[in-house]
Amino acid sequence: MSLVNILILLALSLVLRVLLSPSLRQWILLAASVLLIYWLQPLSPIRYLDFWLPTFTLLLILIIWLFIADRQSLFSHENILAASLITLLILLVAITRYLGTSGILTASRPPQISQVILVLAVFFLIASVSTRLGRWRMFYPSAGAVIILGSFLLIKSPFLGVKASQGLRALMDQSTLTAAAADLRWLGFSYVAFRLLHVIRDVQKGRLKAVPLQQFANYVIFFPSFVAGPIDRLEHFSADLDREENPVVPDLVEGGKRVTIGLFKKFALADTLALIALNPVNAGQLTSSAWAWVQLYAYAFQIYLDFSGYTDIAIGLGRMIGFHLPENFDRPYIKENLTTFWNSWHITLTQWFRAYFFNPVTRSLRKARKPIPAYLVILTTQFSTMLLIGLWHGITWNFALWGAWHGIGLFLHNRWAQWTRPFFARHNLRPVIQRSMRAVSVFLTFNFVALGWLWFVLPDPALSWQVILKLFGIR
Amino acid sequence: MNDMNNERAAKCAITDKNTAIDLRFVRNVVVKALILFILFNVLYTMINPLGWLGHISLYNSFFPGRDRLPFGEDPQHAYNLSTYNLDAMFASHRVSSNKPPDEFRVIVLGDSSVWGTLLEPQHTLSGKLNAANLHTCDGRLLQFYNLGYPTLSLTKDLLLLDDARAYRPDMVVWLVTLESFPLSSQLYSPLVANNADRIRDLITAYHLALDPMDPDLVKQTFYGRTILGQRRSLADWLRLQMYGVMWSSTGIDQVYPDDYPAAQRDFDQDVSFHDLQPPQLPEDALAWDVLEAGMQAAGDLPLLLVNEPILVSSGQNSDLRYNFFYPRWAYDQYRRELAVLAGQNAWHYLDAWDLVPEGEFTNSAIHLTPAGSQMLADRVSQQLSKTICIR
Repeated sequence: MSLVNILILLALSLVLRVLLSPSLRQWILLAASVLLIYWLQPLSPIRYLDFWLPTFTLLLILIIWLFIADRQSLFSHENILAASLITLLILLVAITRYLGTSGILTASRPPQISQVILVLAVFFLIASVSTRLGRWRMFYPSAGAVIILGSFLLIKSPFLGVKASQGLRALMDQSTLTAAAADLRWLGFSYVAFRLLHVIRDVQKGRLKAVPLQQFANYVIFFPSFVAGPIDRLEHFSADLDREENPVVPDLVEGGKRVTIGLFKKFALADTLALIALNPVNAGQLTSSAWAWVQLYAYAFQIYLDFSGYTDIAIGLGRMIGFHLPENFDRPYIKENLTTFWNSWHITLTQWFRAYFFNPVTRSLRKARKPIPAYLVILTTQFSTMLLIGLWHGITWNFALWGAWHGIGLFLHNRWAQWTRPFFARHNLRPVIQRSMRAVSVFLTFNFVALGWLWFVLPDPALSWQVILKLFGIR
Repeated sequence: MNDMNNERAAKCAITDKNTAIDLRFVRNVVVKALILFILFNVLYTMINPLGWLGHISLYNSFFPGRDRLPFGEDPQHAYNLSTYNLDAMFASHRVSSNKPPDEFRVIVLGDSSVWGTLLEPQHTLSGKLNAANLHTCDGRLLQFYNLGYPTLSLTKDLLLLDDARAYRPDMVVWLVTLESFPLSSQLYSPLVANNADRIRDLITAYHLALDPMDPDLVKQTFYGRTILGQRRSLADWLRLQMYGVMWSSTGIDQVYPDDYPAAQRDFDQDVSFHDLQPPQLPEDALAWDVLEAGMQAAGDLPLLLVNEPILVSSGQNSDLRYNFFYPRWAYDQYRRELAVLAGQNAWHYLDAWDLVPEGEFTNSAIHLTPAGSQMLADRVSQQLSKTICIR
């Protein structure tokens, strides 16, 4: 997002909070979020895709909500109003096609209104039929999860992405020769997917009560956190919606302060560090080991300041509107080990994977008929969790290696901690030694993480290996 | 109504141990911030930090000095940028480093052909001359410093020469070409236009036939002196320092494309030079006075003036034009007049106009290949031995 985008969102947040009553605010917030996901979606070389991708996000929200909604209140006045509002807004965006030659709310002109009406009609027909097929209802949430994971695979796998792009280009009568995975840049979908999967799973498990459509849609596409998180939990978000209104001015002051900090981190610090940070182009031009370390550290801080800056902006905007989004970072580069690093880096993502992958897998391995040694359980769960976190960024070798790097690191730390615990329990070390050990631990952890970024930032693992050799003066 | 206001005020107020965050608090913060902002800007205009900030540099201490002056139209890939802060430019150049006693310092002035468009630093004229490892008769090593800058204007060269004197040169090599001479081009260079005060000083000091109130010279307004008005210059200074990391790490200071459009060899039947037509260049069309000012600016320093090599095309209509820049009639007249002027003033002069064959030019009629650069360096080395004592 550009600075102008963020300033517009800031102004919108102010208007929502200062000028609107809480009940009206929720509806206007939903309308604004719907329009904003169209406005923020970047241009795609595939015709009309910058209209269809946000539309699919909205239809996905509608269908998943339908799958998990409370049957009794399915057709309540409020839910019908929310569904109508979303549908009308989709049509409204489509109608902007006739207001000019280029996109007004979308990056390019939307498709013909007849096509949009046809797609919506088919969608509502399917939705209507699905509400009547009561005995299949138990499979709906799983079907929803499959749809989400399938879409996820499509946009995160370069191979499938190219194939999908070719298919869509052929459908749109465009040349397939220039098809690329990047054509399917579906803004915010990664986070939308996490929120939807969290709701599906918790409703399936009976941990979460169904909520009205307006709340659900607001939760999934809440505009401050739509692009870069954090990943809130529905029950927490709903509590914010239902909570009695906080005083306005402190929220605006605190939110504004947080947005200012975020803007400074992102646009002053991270963007300045980007000038010297390691990237796929300059990685192949390195001639000096010492300066290569400087570039690697610059990247480590750039990615932190960039990401945590966006998170600050999201949390600040949320606070201005009256929501308390969860924290995503807690000074991750001064942690003493990799486990605490992962408890303080992209916290909401880590918590999500812990809740929906790590813990269930650990439980199932521990309950296995044939006992599995504890260390093997730890290795399997930590490695696979980190591998999945890596692959979430993209289904490519470099992200897999980044995940594996951290998976192995976490396992080694776990074993080291187990091995040294009796020693530290027996010996009461002097404070100066403890402080020194803490400093060394922070240094080692930071450098392990920084070296791990090599796999993350460079798409070619061979290049990453070359840079590692250069860093240690071997080449 | 009052009750409602009280209720709203109560709702808007939150009290912690120290501060009540309410509308009054916000108003006070905004007013204080505004006052501080205005004060800071007024102070900034009075102090004018850019003046001394340019002298502060991480180059030549933290980073190695650059081999050529900062210039770049694609900073992200060139790790270099164009800035108009002359002090910062010089401070980033290795010419700002301490001069060893056994060094004979030679500054090389000129346009993009001297700066070395498409050439790595070691392949520029200065790089090749340094590689020749020349020594004066008293044993000092000749160190050549590339102070070329990619715009065609003698006034720009004069500006750089005037500043470069502070770096204790022992000699000047100045490469010129006709395209740097037209009066209309003198103030057009962004480096010149954005150093208006210094240019006005030069106009006064050397009685140049240039208009000190020329609209090309950027006027400094009050806003332009505030921190807001100077945000670009401040950011450029900061970015120049940051790119020191990339310069140190990669040794790259410009983009070296694998492929580029070659200099034009075929021409239309056009014999105009700027807006001038044959047979004669008018007497007042070229800035000879700026050239003479440069000679004066060099003072006692030996100065070798070089008419730099140009592409002599053999393509279509090459009987009318030597290259994209020059119709034959204009260039021939310029060469004749330059030779006469050099002879009359007993200047050390080398006319290298046709030294480099057509195939050794890259993307312009004045940009050389490494081989072309070597030919020029060999010829300049020979001429240097006629200017100063070289063993």
